Amino acid sequence: MTRAELVKNLQALPGAVVSDTDHKARGFDLDVKLSPENIAEAVQLMDEAGYFLDTMTGVDWLGEQEALRKEADKGKAAAPASESAAGEPPLPQAGIGEDEIEIVYDFNNFQEPYGVVLRVRTPRAKPEVPSIHHIYPIAHWHEREAHEFFGVVFTGHPYLVPLLLPEDADYHPLLKDFVA
Amino acid sequence: MLSYLNYLNDTMPCLMAILRLIVCIVCILAFVGLNAAYLVWLERKLAGRIQRRIGPKEVGPFGLLQPLADGIKLMTKQLFLPDGIDRILYLLAPMLVMTTAFMCFVTIPFGEGLVARELDLGLLAIFAFASINVLGLLLGAWASRNKYSMISSARVVSQNVAYEIPMLLVVASLLMVTGTLNLHDIVAEQAGGFWNWNVLRLNASPLMPVAFLIFFVCTLAETNRTPFDLAEAESELVAGSFTEYGSMGFGLFFMGEYANMVVGSTLISILFLGGWNCPFGIFPGPHWLFLKLYALISTVMWIRWTFPRTTFYGLLNLSWKVLIPIALVNLLITGALVKVF
Amino acid sequence: MNAEYQLPEDECFVLNLGPQHPSTHGVARIKLTLDGEYICKAEPVLGYIHRMHEKMAENRTWPQFFPNTGRLDYLHALAYNQNYACLVERALAIEVPERAEYIRVITTELNRIASHMVWYGAFVLDLGGFTPLLYTFDDREQILDLLESVTGSRLTFSYFRFGGVPNDIDDDFIAGTKTFISRMRERIKMYHALITKNVILINRLKDIGFIPAEMCRKYGASGPVARGAGIDYDVRRNEPYSIYDRFEFEIPVYHEADSMARYMVRMDEILQSLRIIEQAIATLPAGPIMADKVPKLIRPPKGDYYHAVETARGRLGMRAVSDGSAIPWRLKLRTPCFSNMLIFGEACRGMLLADAVALFGSLDLVIPDVDK
Repeated sequence: MTRAELVKNLQALPGAVVSDTDHKARGFDLDVKLSPENIAEAVQLMDEAGYFLDTMTGVDWLGEQEALRKEADKGKAAAPASESAAGEPPLPQAGIGEDEIEIVYDFNNFQEPYGVVLRVRTPRAKPEVPSIHHIYPIAHWHEREAHEFFGVVFTGHPYLVPLLLPEDADYHPLLKDFVA
Repeated sequence: MLSYLNYLNDTMPCLMAILRLIVCIVCILAFVGLNAAYLVWLERKLAGRIQRRIGPKEVGPFGLLQPLADGIKLMTKQLFLPDGIDRILYLLAPMLVMTTAFMCFVTIPFGEGLVARELDLGLLAIFAFASINVLGLLLGAWASRNKYSMISSARVVSQNVAYEIPMLLVVASLLMVTGTLNLHDIVAEQAGGFWNWNVLRLNASPLMPVAFLIFFVCTLAETNRTPFDLAEAESELVAGSFTEYGSMGFGLFFMGEYANMVVGSTLISILFLGGWNCPFGIFPGPHWLFLKLYALISTVMWIRWTFPRTTFYGLLNLSWKVLIPIALVNLLITGALVKVF
Repeated sequence: MNAEYQLPEDECFVLNLGPQHPSTHGVARIKLTLDGEYICKAEPVLGYIHRMHEKMAENRTWPQFFPNTGRLDYLHALAYNQNYACLVERALAIEVPERAEYIRVITTELNRIASHMVWYGAFVLDLGGFTPLLYTFDDREQILDLLESVTGSRLTFSYFRFGGVPNDIDDDFIAGTKTFISRMRERIKMYHALITKNVILINRLKDIGFIPAEMCRKYGASGPVARGAGIDYDVRRNEPYSIYDRFEFEIPVYHEADSMARYMVRMDEILQSLRIIEQAIATLPAGPIMADKVPKLIRPPKGDYYHAVETARGRLGMRAVSDGSAIPWRLKLRTPCFSNMLIFGEACRGMLLADAVALFGSLDLVIPDVDK
């Protein structure tokens, strides 16, 4: 599978948002946003194209929605006063929902370096992403790590036991609201 | 004094024999103990030289009191008994190792008449005792209820079985040439000069130098020295058979190892290198034996600090596929030559 | 030796290799299921030196995280420094002055050789040869003395800064490095004569510990492990960072994929590093060692950034997520030993215990790097 074919196949996935990025400025070349249901399929594509799983990790976006809302409010305050004078409480904007955890998959290639980033987002309250350990064995450990740090459940993973933390650890230290 | 002793000897020969034996045993104990202590010192010094460092130097001149300090340290430590061990065997094993090493010295002559008890089957006795030494390691490893020790015990036994065979095959071929198991007589046959030594008796068997090499390699393996120190392979088995041992329990194993090295080297010197004979036939005496003995021990140490360790299958392959066939061929040739001439 | 070997689980016994064990180089623990001395199953158990560097990053400002980077792979700390510096410089779009880049390359490559020297000694020690350790530490000592004169530390370096380096190298350092290069070339010859040609060593490494290229890809292994499997991949050349594209050097690649191949890759790499240092010293430009326009308060613009370098153990990646504040929102460390450690569990199946120890040594694992 050539690079162009890979990009085309990734674009063809439902809900995928593919954008080129500047390697010099960001460190990777292709940014792909996906919905969790498609991640296994996308990773399968990466595997067929001969990429290796560089790393995968989570990012806790706690407070992101809050910030978005504030920004939206700011926008509203700047809007004509007649609207706010109506006395209605500001309704939550469409598209602003609950906070999410982002799982980032980095892929690269031994032959012709081309950094591909796959991102999926899962609700923070109930984070669930399909496991990809059957495609890349190293994901077995990466997923265990993401599970212990963020509490993300990788469905289909056979052994979601903390890897670096003690076996019985039930806390998720990389969550932003974690208090030691 | 002397006349009194002579008088005693005439009147009570039995008592005198016992007295002589006791003195001899005390001497052996002292000799083995001193050797074990100072061979450790020598090894550390040699290793230091080989590794471009100095080695022990703080305790006494040239670090000569280091073995004493080590001994005090070992003796004052608690002899720790891990949970769930077989107490009797655990405590017995180090003693067994040390005792058998002592016993080997009983029939080893260090010079003309310098022997605790001369036996006609001296060589056989030494091999018999040397084999029991393995039992000590096995018991210690088994009794200490440690998995590393257990793996080590399996290694020790198969290693010793594998190397006993070529060793005895070589000895058998040597005995065809010498015709005696008495170590005194074997040395006596080699008198006169280095061309008379068994290692160079090419007329008896052209493979004699090879036999010497096989015997040397087997001694390395039997005494668990690098590159055959699989029983104690610290990068795999922590400390092998004596992982759980501390204090003098460990100390005895450790001394036993060095004592066995002395036994092995002495045997090589006596069987192949002419014992206490001078290489040029002048001034024979125990000093020559000691010279050869310590030269051999230094070689063993030199090998230890130069080579990496072989693996278990490498070790067994060497024995069963290389050494034993060669030893058999050697036996055959020697036998044929002895028959012909 | 990698033959499939399977015995019913209940007939095997479990041996805990580590966390205190002479050959696990620190605190690795491997739960081995053994059949006699054959390994049925190996499960690395991590976390004995886990310090949660990633959380620490979220508790301090960007520059304050610098010392942490030197404490991951303590043997090649400068590469970690470099990666972190490059990462933040990428986010801030800072141009590093020429001279600083050269100094970074020289010191990092020296550190790489030092790291390989530790590996070399420890590896032969794992194989039961004690003496080489003292020799290689002698060489390492020369490097550490040199590095100490510039960086002020000997092990956990924290030398680079965003936009350059704080201390310039002097003539003594350059002269010392030149002496070291010629000395090291002779030493490598000696090592080959003394160790590489030893028949016991060859028997223990050849055709043992097979890690094929496809396995490397699936497990994300990089560095000497991948190059020993015939993968011609080195971040310094494939994804050039700093000024590595200016130097002439080869990427040693061996196709046997066994322990010997990995051993040879590292030995050749030392020579290549010497070549790079030699060229860098020959063309070292004068000039400033810090960029002018480094902001007092480091606040990378919002977004995520990635940077990878080649350490002595393979590809090190760092992914930073900035929310535009002075404190990182998230910093992910992709350490090379993480992949290599899992690969060990897979590759040692069916091996003898002694060979597994040799394989473990040939992977050159630094446990704090795995445990983060």
